[in-house]
Amino acid sequence: MANRIAIIGVGQTYHTSKRPDVCIPELCNEAIRAALKDAELTIKDIDAVVVGNMELFEGRYHQDLWQVDYVGSYHKPGFRVTTGGTTGGTLACTAFFCAASRLFDVVMAVTFEKQSEGDSRAGLKTVADPLWDRWISTGAIGTFARLGTWYMKESGATEEHAALVRLKADRNACLNPHAHLKLHLNTVEDVLKSEMLVPPLKRLDMCPTSEGACAIIVASEKKAKKLSRKPVWVKDWIEVHNETRYNRGDPVSLENLEKAALTIYKRNGITNPRRDISMAEIYEPSTWAELVWSEAFHFCEKGEAYKLIERGITNRDGEFPVNPSGGVIATNPIGATGMIRVAEAALQIRDDAGAHQVDRQVKKTFTTAWGGSSWTVAHLLSKTLN
Amino acid sequence: MNRKVGIVAVAQTEYEEAKPAWREAEITHQVVEKLSEETGLNFAEDGTGIDATVTCSSDHWDGRTLSDIPHGEVAGAHLRAEEKVSSDGINAVIYAYLQILSGHYDVVLVVATCKESQTVGHIIENLAFDPVYQQKIDLDFLAAAALQANRYIHKYGITPEQRARVVVKNRGNARNNPFAQLRAPVSMDEVLSSPMLAYPLRSLEAKPVSDGACGLILASEEKARKLAKKPVWIVGMGQCYESHYLGDRDLAECDALSLAAKNAYRQAGITDPMRDINLAEISEYCSYQELFWSEGLGFCGKGEGGKLADKGVTESGGKLPVNPSGGILSGNPTLVAGTARVAEVALQLMGKASARQIPKAKTGLAHGTYGPCGQHHAVLVLQA
Repeated sequence: MANRIAIIGVGQTYHTSKRPDVCIPELCNEAIRAALKDAELTIKDIDAVVVGNMELFEGRYHQDLWQVDYVGSYHKPGFRVTTGGTTGGTLACTAFFCAASRLFDVVMAVTFEKQSEGDSRAGLKTVADPLWDRWISTGAIGTFARLGTWYMKESGATEEHAALVRLKADRNACLNPHAHLKLHLNTVEDVLKSEMLVPPLKRLDMCPTSEGACAIIVASEKKAKKLSRKPVWVKDWIEVHNETRYNRGDPVSLENLEKAALTIYKRNGITNPRRDISMAEIYEPSTWAELVWSEAFHFCEKGEAYKLIERGITNRDGEFPVNPSGGVIATNPIGATGMIRVAEAALQIRDDAGAHQVDRQVKKTFTTAWGGSSWTVAHLLSKTLN
Repeated sequence: MNRKVGIVAVAQTEYEEAKPAWREAEITHQVVEKLSEETGLNFAEDGTGIDATVTCSSDHWDGRTLSDIPHGEVAGAHLRAEEKVSSDGINAVIYAYLQILSGHYDVVLVVATCKESQTVGHIIENLAFDPVYQQKIDLDFLAAAALQANRYIHKYGITPEQRARVVVKNRGNARNNPFAQLRAPVSMDEVLSSPMLAYPLRSLEAKPVSDGACGLILASEEKARKLAKKPVWIVGMGQCYESHYLGDRDLAECDALSLAAKNAYRQAGITDPMRDINLAEISEYCSYQELFWSEGLGFCGKGEGGKLADKGVTESGGKLPVNPSGGILSGNPTLVAGTARVAEVALQLMGKASARQIPKAKTGLAHGTYGPCGQHHAVLVLQA
């Protein structure tokens, strides 16, 4: 079993479409200052700094080098890790590995995206294999349109159910001071009438293009107990990548998500996720993703996720809140997105989420990151050490 | 108690000026196959196989977002864990080391790959500089190295002959390394009269364009003892960043390297590196760097790197052989270079370095660096 560690600080910038007022390292600096303030530490308390983002999106080579003077890694150890859309989730794992290695006591992880300085869609198109797949590469929108079509056929869900997911995300985002899109939507109609992208996917079924940064501070058991009044214990984490072939016939590619969840449940004695876990913050770039992936994570039976949203089970005040922060549908600074899930879950466990704090008591949380061809990272956080 | 972590196998491709017949992932695959053959390990998930993969490649060099897709899928990352460390490859090894120390994994595969021949390094390296001040003056790592070389030479009186001696030594060593790209020795005169590349650095003083891959398998103590007759143990690790803006630094000092080495030495119980270390593989992308980094590593005092070379201390028969493999000057791709340093030290300590074997090597040091003028340094101390 891994050495025990805890999250002792989290910080985010506000998220918006464009931040012309700051450069990339300055954006990251806002997040690390917030995390240090949250942890009541100074940069001198940090032993190592690990960073990550989408490598090609802003075009920077060895992005970590420029960040050094702004994220406090000057004369400190550090890594630059990047795994595409999962980067934020992976960087949380990187901090977990470092703190659990016992070579470092307190580790800070910083992730960001500043998409206005690059071309994300051009970046995403080059994910596909240049020889086999690039000619059919569509970026994210095609992927989720296909997911929606498939799911409606499989389960009998309708576009209205996807719209309900958006309404929930928007309600939550409006309560979250860090969220990007706060649309104050009222009805299913408000969502359904938004511009069609690729059927059945409408503009409001998709996440926005956001800029922002997120940082977390992770400490060894001993240091966490000494430094933090409210340590959030990291119970387990897992990363599941796969072979990427767009043309191999599987329209939805759920096996990564399912394997990540089931492995982490099994290792931690979770037999009924909705009972044994208090809430989830999952990486859902589209309304359809929240529905289908809730099933892949076994929050419900196959083909029944639309009933979760129909019955309000995943609402902030529901039995099993999913993405009380407003989720990725409301805020998506890609490289940071996976880490925001972890930071938000930690806030919920600490009862520090403020207006978007869930109604039920939060003891354990399940968080995920998603990227590549359904690459999945999952973490299990806990209020108590044992 | 901290766990102990060992290197159980290493593999390299031959490094070549270009490998037009192979795609990036195929180069990675050649290394993975060798490692699998040598250890008998596969990707079984019942605790008998490789638990996780760390890749090292770059979206920029591969011209593709998520460059770890092709590398990961030939390195066991189908429905399994894979992470990409996108910096010099020694950090991928260190990352795997931390993963095992954490108790999360027991056996981790590391593989670094780069095909420099496919693109123009200048364009990529220029993107590593901040876009406001430094990128616009068209710097790349070679131009930055030339600035540093000038400052270092000016401050400490390093001579062209001392720098050339590094090249002659390393190219001479490469004759014994079947994986090296440049295996023809060069003379002092040839180095000193080779065309000027970026003053004061001449073309033979800089690394060549290179393609290839290098990989290792790391394991926890219990597994390592089962997987290899003579695992090589990681006993010290240090890493350190320097400030980014060249104008904020005295380029003739390498404090970040000294700090990284200090940590690694403390963990390894090394008090006198010249006495306690039997060989070192140092990342010398340019001639002066081997002299300069030797100072940072504490092999000699500040400004004394040139004298170290004069005395022949770092020759393969010397007191502290440096780069018996021929080093990066004999041809290693960027990113792969640091992984190759670790692999070469491991081979030495396993007694498997064939014609380049340093007799009775028990403790070795591997060093990796990336960024302009050594902005990030990493040091590993290994023991037989």
